[in-house]
Amino acid sequence: MISKRVKKVPPSGIREFFDLVLGMPEVISLGVGEPDFITPWRIREKAITALEEGLTSYTSNKGLFVLRRDIAGHYREKYSLVYDPEDEILITVGVSEALDLALRAILDPGDKVVVASPHYVAYPALVEISGGKVLPLVTTPEEGFKINISKLKNLLKLEPKAIIFNNPANPTGVHYSNEELKKIWQVLSGKKTLIISDEVYDELVYDQKHSPFSSFSQEAKKRTILLNGFSKGHAMTGFRVGFVCANKEIIEAMTKIHSFSIMCAPIIAQIAASEALLAHKDINYMQSAYRRRRDYINKELNRLGLDNKLPQGAFYCFPSIKKFKLGSLEFAKKLLFQEKVAVVPGVAFGKEFNSHVRISYANSLENLKEAIVRIEKFLAKLK
Amino acid sequence: MEEILEILENNARVSLEDLEKLTGKSQKEISRAIKDYEKKGVIVKYKTVVNRQKIKGQRGVRALIEVKVAPQKDVGFDLVAERIYRFPEVKSCYLLSGTYDLLLVVEGDDINTVASFVSEKLAPLSQVRGTATHFMLKKYKEDGVILTKLEKSQRLAITY
Ligand SMILES: Cc1ncc(COP(=O)(O)O)c(C=O)c1O
Repeated sequence: MISKRVKKVPPSGIREFFDLVLGMPEVISLGVGEPDFITPWRIREKAITALEEGLTSYTSNKGLFVLRRDIAGHYREKYSLVYDPEDEILITVGVSEALDLALRAILDPGDKVVVASPHYVAYPALVEISGGKVLPLVTTPEEGFKINISKLKNLLKLEPKAIIFNNPANPTGVHYSNEELKKIWQVLSGKKTLIISDEVYDELVYDQKHSPFSSFSQEAKKRTILLNGFSKGHAMTGFRVGFVCANKEIIEAMTKIHSFSIMCAPIIAQIAASEALLAHKDINYMQSAYRRRRDYINKELNRLGLDNKLPQGAFYCFPSIKKFKLGSLEFAKKLLFQEKVAVVPGVAFGKEFNSHVRISYANSLENLKEAIVRIEKFLAKLK
Repeated sequence: MEEILEILENNARVSLEDLEKLTGKSQKEISRAIKDYEKKGVIVKYKTVVNRQKIKGQRGVRALIEVKVAPQKDVGFDLVAERIYRFPEVKSCYLLSGTYDLLLVVEGDDINTVASFVSEKLAPLSQVRGTATHFMLKKYKEDGVILTKLEKSQRLAITY
């Protein structure tokens, strides 16, 4: 009944574990991949007003022009990066849809796509569903979970159609500096490979400035499909708004699919998103809260022997559990049953990462503190 | 170091250890900075925000009182303001622009106490030209804290 393509996508091995967590009361969860903040009021209020004004229709397929214009303005101001709101920006239903569209727009059956891992779960799955073939680029803790240039060079010999690149990254919290990105770009420059750059966490960068991958040259801009959205930095996951910035030809192809399968992103969410671009104070407030929690949790994890490198972006840590001699799923299950703390097993992000767990610090300081107390108790029993 | 203020403003009970972990500054530096703030009067006091509406059988009323006063030569409003804010019934006192001059927040056990404070203490002051008393019926938000209902994120306990 089901297509071979879809069947081939392995079911998530940790779905069961997720169900365990969801069914357990009083869990302190460090397993959440979304902000603990509720959407800032001025954004919500804008959505309420829009509803009151009866703004309930479709929008143009590409999305409200004002939103595209303001996104273009945002990129121009913040990153000196110029995209034409007429034909280089498309509003999508989250980065999730944008990713799906990008892959469907560019892949022919059997096309290869480099996916750096540990990776966000959707990447390899969507590549497979779009008929592509995943070329894993495994990064290691020793490399700081950053792309190794010679590994990348080797994979480029296989002439991949695209590489999916996530900066700042889920689940590691890695953020690439401008220099590191330039080195990666140097390897890619002059080739044909397209770069799908998922920058959904770009507002959550703590110690250095973010550079969009498309900002290095005209060629980089032409070959990069830049994905971003409002879910993380603006605490708007439930609104489901994202966007793509790319060259005209790619936007046109993606819009074609989008116009048939989605039509347009919900108008209320688009209106709320355009307000979000003005909510600088709220963004800064959340960003500095995350930074403090990051500093806190990083110190505590290292103190407990969960070796962790200070993450530079997003709201995740990806510490090693190697010395406790348990697989990541087993570790997570035991921690859940014994101390009611939830973390995400590293294997969810690639089979090589069985000696890591993902810890999200998108949680109140009180909860983080309590979680640390419980983890400390748990580890003491393990030894 | 303003970050310390930001954290303390939100939770005055954060320990030195936690402040160290949150800011990356040493405990020594932090306690020196705090002492300095205290000395300079930047940090005035550590207090607890109590929502008295939640205490059963709690008596007490609050009123906002607008006061029109005649300014005095050389000292302007300061002296008359002091005359007024020294009363312990006056919880807050502000000088404002606009149709009246001082805004007071006054607390008393009941309406009568506040009324007699106004008629016996405040109104008779020679510089006071007039008052308007507004009794507070309900507190929704105070100093940035919403008192009526707590919002909680409805997110799932685990997601990718
Ligand atoms: C790396 C990454 N990309 C994309 C998404 C999906 O974001 P959106 O809510 O915009 O669909 C997530 C959400 O967890 C993510 O972590």
